[in-house]
Amino acid sequence: MLEVIDLEGQRGDSCLFHGVNFCLEAGELLLLRGRNGAGKTTLLRALCGLTPPASGKICWKGEPIHAQGAEYRRELCYLGHANAIKEDFTPLENFRAQACLSGDAEHPETKDALAALGELGLSGREHLVCRHLSQGQKRRTALSRLARERRALWILDEPFVALDAQAVAWLSGRLGEHLASGGLVVLTSHQSADIPRARKIKTLTLSA
Amino acid sequence: MFSFALHLIARDFRLALRRPMDVASALFFFLIMASLFPLGVSPEPELLRQLAPGILWIGALLSNMLSLPRLFAEDFQDGALEQMALAPYPLFLLAMSKTLAHWLICGIPLAFLSPLLGLQFDLPPDALGILFVSLLLGSLALAGIGAVGAALILGLRNGGILLALLILPLYIPALIFGTSAVDAVTHGLSPLPYLLLLAAFTLGCAVFAPLAAAAALKVSLE
Repeated sequence: MLEVIDLEGQRGDSCLFHGVNFCLEAGELLLLRGRNGAGKTTLLRALCGLTPPASGKICWKGEPIHAQGAEYRRELCYLGHANAIKEDFTPLENFRAQACLSGDAEHPETKDALAALGELGLSGREHLVCRHLSQGQKRRTALSRLARERRALWILDEPFVALDAQAVAWLSGRLGEHLASGGLVVLTSHQSADIPRARKIKTLTLSA
Repeated sequence: MFSFALHLIARDFRLALRRPMDVASALFFFLIMASLFPLGVSPEPELLRQLAPGILWIGALLSNMLSLPRLFAEDFQDGALEQMALAPYPLFLLAMSKTLAHWLICGIPLAFLSPLLGLQFDLPPDALGILFVSLLLGSLALAGIGAVGAALILGLRNGGILLALLILPLYIPALIFGTSAVDAVTHGLSPLPYLLLLAAFTLGCAVFAPLAAAAALKVSLE
């Protein structure tokens, strides 16, 4: 499904990685490793189509992602370093805004949104402006979109950062469910992730 | 596609309501700047009437610029802009929605405030009306051009100054047509030709500026 051929990434003038090859099929997870500055985020952004790679090819279902454009983005869910939540919004509003911004046609029902936030342990905080939440709670708000996400390819940059054990367990479980239903995951993490029900975990280590 | 644009505009609107000081500061800047001129130049009604269109238009132009650096910058910093760019719609739509939101949130209130300030300059009633119409039309062009600048300065330090240098020269046509329309009324002529020229300029900006802003956004996001 997701195929990367001889990818080279640059940041400024320096080459971060080159000759990156991998192929990810439905139900597989790719764990991206590497020391700080090895180019993990750059690779993820290239996979999303945000930063064009210096050379090489990224194909989704056999076609280059740049040729597909919106078709590809419709199947992609990217969660970056930044939480992409608004400090002036409540978790509930942020959840809705995320759904609308990602271009999902259907507007999430309040019931669904509350359930998703509840899964993340944010019940009782739904109507509190995010500025007053802790770092971990903000991260949980950002992750809440994964609770109902049906897109096939998840690209997650350090999703476990700032989370407590309970939230890590929830996320691992959710990743497991997603993989079991035929989804794909690419994630970076410095921790060792223990994903239940994951059929196959591939590891790729970037070394400059 | 339309619902995406509407959601974006509604979201910006809601954010602006949460932080009313952002809009209020632009309005107060306009108010104070316009009030300083009679004090600093001369309280002579005849002279003030002559200066009024230029002062009010420049005031509106500068206050419009106050909130422009934030148009994309906050979403850029907290990662929301990335998410919007990854939505399955063209960047053009994103740039256009943001432009419209800025016009609704900042441009239209400025246009509504302008006749009140025009009273300070002893403008006749029909000139006040034309001032309002010209600013209503013109501020859409200002928002469109401003969005291009705001997209270009993303991620730069001291972007605000650079933004002013980039876009103020591009505001000149709107300034000339807008002030000429008000001038024409005060001299008893028809403002229609100038308003039509201003409308044409605004339409051109509304179509082409989001394209340029989208290209700038694409570069800034890389």
